[in-house]
Amino acid sequence: MTRLRIVVAKPGLDGHDRGAKVVARALRDAGHEVIYTGLRRTPEEIVRIAEDEDASIVGLSSLSGAHAFLFPRVCKLLNEAGLGDVVVFGGGIIPQADRPTLYESGIRGIFGPGTPTEEILSFLDEVVERRAKGSPCGVGEGGDWRHS
Amino acid sequence: MIGVTVDHLDAISLLAEAKDGSRRSLARLLSLIQSGDSLAIDAVQNPPTSRSLGITGPPGAGKSVLTDRLASALSDRGCRVAVLCVDPSSPVSGGSLLGDRMRMEESGADERIYVRSVATRDAVGSLPFRLSAMADALAHAGHDSILIETAGVGQTELGIVSITDHVLLVEGPERGDIIQAEKAGILEMADIVVVNKADLPGAEQAASDLRSGLEFGRGSTVPILLVSALNRTGVVELVETIENLSPSLTISSMRWRLRLLESLQQTLLSDNRFEDLVRQLGDGEVSLEQAINELLQPEDA
Repeated sequence: MTRLRIVVAKPGLDGHDRGAKVVARALRDAGHEVIYTGLRRTPEEIVRIAEDEDASIVGLSSLSGAHAFLFPRVCKLLNEAGLGDVVVFGGGIIPQADRPTLYESGIRGIFGPGTPTEEILSFLDEVVERRAKGSPCGVGEGGDWRHS
Repeated sequence: MIGVTVDHLDAISLLAEAKDGSRRSLARLLSLIQSGDSLAIDAVQNPPTSRSLGITGPPGAGKSVLTDRLASALSDRGCRVAVLCVDPSSPVSGGSLLGDRMRMEESGADERIYVRSVATRDAVGSLPFRLSAMADALAHAGHDSILIETAGVGQTELGIVSITDHVLLVEGPERGDIIQAEKAGILEMADIVVVNKADLPGAEQAASDLRSGLEFGRGSTVPILLVSALNRTGVVELVETIENLSPSLTISSMRWRLRLLESLQQTLLSDNRFEDLVRQLGDGEVSLEQAINELLQPEDA
């Protein structure tokens, strides 16, 4: 198994992190090192945390409706910081209508409430496989792959 | 590491880039060091001068919040601060939930401060292997003040003493077993003792108990400070106390003793025969004494 360093982040002002903590725990139990940021981080802070922690994956959680602004902003800043190889996924309450824009900004997986944690783990397996083959999966690597 | 071009993985260039201020290269270098890459470990030998402080204490004493406030205060005084936050790895899954940043509201938001979460991985105790080399890498990258926050420890876990210049012990006021202070252990090795959460009742009493415990031991003059990291009281006094610490020469042989033991443990764990001997011990094929004798022979013999 490949041990990944994963940042689980709560951007914006919403104060609900139950979902993020459940995901963080599941990832830990799968053998990964999970850095949980705590609540109310700015996109700039999240990018710096990913950089300082040498994380290869960033998971963003939002339940406040601000994802449409915050998620693409994190993606843009990751690219600008030269972290285009980092893989980004999102979770929380993300209406279907908002998803195409998020995928376009480089997010590779979106997991709504009730998603079994196994699905996120299989997403990570897919990421590891793609990296081994050199197929694009990072936030700035282009291509149209997304977890479905 | 997959998907990263080869030149990014070269320890020497990572170090050069880290010295030029690249956080990402520093981050990658630290990953290489922790994973045991010998080129990276060799590259960070002979670091420039820096001051390192270990912050240790029982779980729940408030180490993370105190570390956060301390990092901020040192940074405000012009120090270039880096923080290593240690959390345990699960012995079952090997994974780790590194949650110190949850409580690090000030230094987490301050881009002058480099913060890195470190899992204990395959180390037996509360300190990950190669933590000293990681601190050396931070010094190479220009950090002159290095804080290392340990996972919550009991009174006999002294490992941090072998790594940092000084050790700060954090206690809480509510610990009913504070009388344990009279027993030998980490308290005797601490350069500063902080009774955190001084906004809560019992802090003065705890400080006084610690004082009498220490004086009973060796007529100690170790400073005991009351701090409320939450309310930011006593932090300035703490910083001043830290800045006035002189090198603790008396424990230097103790430090080398622990350092030697730690290195020996690392060497043994990376010895190819180790796991095999563990299995043989479990199957009753060898005795402990035979296993030790075999491990002490050169590997090729």
